[in-house]
Amino acid sequence: MPLLDIRNLAVEFATARGRFRAVDGVDVSVEPGEILCIVGESGSGKSVSMLAAMGLIAWPGRVTAAAMRFNGSDLLSLSPRQRRRVVGKDMAMVFQEPMSSLNPCYPVGWQIAEALRTHHAVPRRKVRDRVVDLLDQVGIPAPATRLGAFPHQLSGGMNQRVMIAMAISCNPLLLIADEPTTALDVTIQKQILDLLVDLRRQRGMGLVLITHDMGVVAETAHRVQVMYAGQMVEEQPTEALFAAPRHPYTAALLAALPERAMGRARLPTIPGVVPGIDDRPQGCLFNPRCRFADEKCRTEPPLLAGPPGRRARCHYPLGAAEVAA
Amino acid sequence: MSGIESTAGTLPAAAPMPGRFRLFWRGFAENRGAVLGLGFMVVLSLLAITADIAAPHSPIEQFRTAFLTPPVWEPGGSWDFLLGTDDVGRDMLSRLIYGARLSLVIGLSVVTLSLTCGTTLGLTAAFAGGVVDSIIMRVMDVLLVFPSLLLAIVIVAILGPSLFNAMLAVAVVTLPGYTRLSRASALAELSRDYVTATRCAGAGRLHLMFDTVLPNCLAPLIVQASLGFSTAILDAAALGFLGLGAQPPTPEWGTMLAGALQYYQRAWWVLAFPGLFILLTVLAFNLFGDGLRDALDPKLKR
Amino acid sequence: MSVLMQAEGLCRHYAVGGGLFAKKGLVQAVDGVSFALREGQTLAVVGESGCGKSTLARMATLMELPTAGELRIDGKPTLGVGEAERRRLRLNVQMVFQNPYGSLNPRKTVGSILQEPLALNRRGDRPARERAARAMMDRVGLRQDQFGRYPHMFSGGQRQRIAIARALMLNPRVVVADEPVSALDVSIQAQVLNLMMDLQDELRLAYLFISHDLGVVRHIAREVLVLYCGRPVEHGPKESVFAASLHPYTRVLLAATPSVDPRHRKHDVAVKGELPSPLNPPPGCAFASRCPHATGICTAERPVWREISGHFVACHHAGAI
Repeated sequence: MPLLDIRNLAVEFATARGRFRAVDGVDVSVEPGEILCIVGESGSGKSVSMLAAMGLIAWPGRVTAAAMRFNGSDLLSLSPRQRRRVVGKDMAMVFQEPMSSLNPCYPVGWQIAEALRTHHAVPRRKVRDRVVDLLDQVGIPAPATRLGAFPHQLSGGMNQRVMIAMAISCNPLLLIADEPTTALDVTIQKQILDLLVDLRRQRGMGLVLITHDMGVVAETAHRVQVMYAGQMVEEQPTEALFAAPRHPYTAALLAALPERAMGRARLPTIPGVVPGIDDRPQGCLFNPRCRFADEKCRTEPPLLAGPPGRRARCHYPLGAAEVAA
Repeated sequence: MSGIESTAGTLPAAAPMPGRFRLFWRGFAENRGAVLGLGFMVVLSLLAITADIAAPHSPIEQFRTAFLTPPVWEPGGSWDFLLGTDDVGRDMLSRLIYGARLSLVIGLSVVTLSLTCGTTLGLTAAFAGGVVDSIIMRVMDVLLVFPSLLLAIVIVAILGPSLFNAMLAVAVVTLPGYTRLSRASALAELSRDYVTATRCAGAGRLHLMFDTVLPNCLAPLIVQASLGFSTAILDAAALGFLGLGAQPPTPEWGTMLAGALQYYQRAWWVLAFPGLFILLTVLAFNLFGDGLRDALDPKLKR
Repeated sequence: MSVLMQAEGLCRHYAVGGGLFAKKGLVQAVDGVSFALREGQTLAVVGESGCGKSTLARMATLMELPTAGELRIDGKPTLGVGEAERRRLRLNVQMVFQNPYGSLNPRKTVGSILQEPLALNRRGDRPARERAARAMMDRVGLRQDQFGRYPHMFSGGQRQRIAIARALMLNPRVVVADEPVSALDVSIQAQVLNLMMDLQDELRLAYLFISHDLGVVRHIAREVLVLYCGRPVEHGPKESVFAASLHPYTRVLLAATPSVDPRHRKHDVAVKGELPSPLNPPPGCAFASRCPHATGICTAERPVWREISGHFVACHHAGAI
């Protein structure tokens, strides 16, 4: 049984210009110990869908789903109070900006201790030892001396380690990391990613990594979901995705990477831009930018289809065309 | 240039974005108090502009037969004097209407004066930095040390009591607010890349100050100015009340209050109406300013 | 090919702190950077935050003066000349910024943003300026009907086109691009990179391309300069820097960059430690504290900038490790 299982998730926001579906028709399932990457461009709804899973979408947002189960309990039927007991304890999240995710007024040791106290994870007198232990686990040197440090006294990488320590303080079953390394330098990014992967292995927790960086996906993920304009357009195991993308969007995205275009003067591009609030097209959302789009794509929205675990939201998925030919 | 594709060649044109003003109005109209305040301001302005026609009598004409006539609905009231007369027989309503004209002129000139001077000083401080910045800001700190009314009294005492000097004093007292605000927002804008880009293109300091940075600092200044309007009216009225502002028989609300003080037991209307007008006007400007801030400040937007 | 910009031993040091009670510190933001930028070429400056990339960009655009060293534009020195002369030289170097949301004046239309550089320098009359702005819009792939629109109506990629167009209005010879595509999505990034490369071919522009993304650098650059903590550590042609890097930091950087291609992945290089503070840097090699090959000499003595097999490197052990 998957750890997290969400079916047909939709998130709507009431805006000045009417209702806007930020996320539509997203299925997420994570097995214990698995690394799932959700990849997409800005505005694709990848963060919003995970915030919805955490129950962190506030008014004017509205979350609906056919099913939302976590570790055997039905999140949809939980009261807000029961849900708070799950969120932050069994399901924890790490955000993009470590500097703004920590409260600048309190020392980092106090902030981690607060997370422990909130969920009564350890007896009161053991809190300090536990905090030191956590800081040590996330690779902060001389942890006992860092308890009194304020976020502005630590570097971005160190703050992100503190955030991770806070997230794993209650031994979560699932850790959701929303672009955890985007604000960091490459060498620090490598360290943080290695840390997340190691922690997952040691603790056997599930890890959802939200990112826009295909390189990060390729190096860390077991399974990948590609989001476009609020919809999940493709899901595949990592190697299969990079070897044989099934959705034209994924294929075009991979082709546009400078790294893949080595030796060629011009990069292949995707014309146009991601549709915004008021210019979502009819039919397939990708059809105005798709090389293969035809009349059916322009009128009829495609459904997720294909073998389990390798589905694509496309009338003419790429792999199928090759097989037919 | 065949090699470069257009960004949106085949895409349908996006739906037109609502204009800046439409968006602003939508945000502003959500706030009922602000609309109410705006309504009162419009009515008051119309009255002030048309005072010569709207007022039934001259504001300084003394009706020797009708001292301290009560308002029309009180026993002894007269339809000639809707809101009664004061101790020397002048029509209250006419004096209030002409007083509105005066108050608006005071507010407008005080705000204009302190806004222009304060903004220029603030921008200069932000751009010059170093010693100039320190000197300007320390002078502003000194101005802030004194209670504002006390400082205004001192200034009027030095210059001599008159309406013009009172306005000048109030303008000086409100100066630090604008200076600090414009300096802070200019500093925030200065660190943004478009300023560097304009410098790269060869812009001089004056161009950067007034053409590049100032328009982007205007929103908070406009809000401050609309709130400052009410402070100006209130302070000028207070100076008038203390006998340091407009001199009798000028129909200024604060001066009217001062002159009527001794009759408050016999004739409540000579005191109540000027006070009520000051209250409503200040309230209207504050409500309007609050609404303006909510509509202009994107941080408070939902 | 003529050298458009030449830097020799550029340094920029800031004194910080030194208030009433604080001790004065010296930040060596840039320390001893040399390069030559030729017509039609791209020199990529690579490094992590605090490595002095942005300070270098500000010096290259003459926004800031170096505390030591010499910067020549078109063969003419920029230090010790009058303000007017420096202003004239400055116009040869224009800049494209990282964040397309902050680099365009939100109160101006695209048309007036593009005309402003011409108006400021009194080039042409009003109709001529408008013609030039409209021609530039065609050139960078903006539609004519977007002339009167405000920046907030554009997407990030289109804004970056506007920013590039503005930089080119004065016909500069050199464009300093400070992380021009790192705020953009992958698909948009490719469009902007293609545009920059097309414009370079057509106008013989020289790019000083500042980036932390080695994938992008590998694609666009001809030469690469790697900075660490304000100091140059390696400089050479792209191929040899990427394929046969001599400095351990360059190797670490390459190993840490995530790659979609398994052949590019190097798992043998460990990445440890934090970036050092540029405040009062160590006497020896700045990378010594994180370097897997560091020996006694590395912490004691600053390595000299020397040439080994076609590219420059500052490492005591270069060539031997």
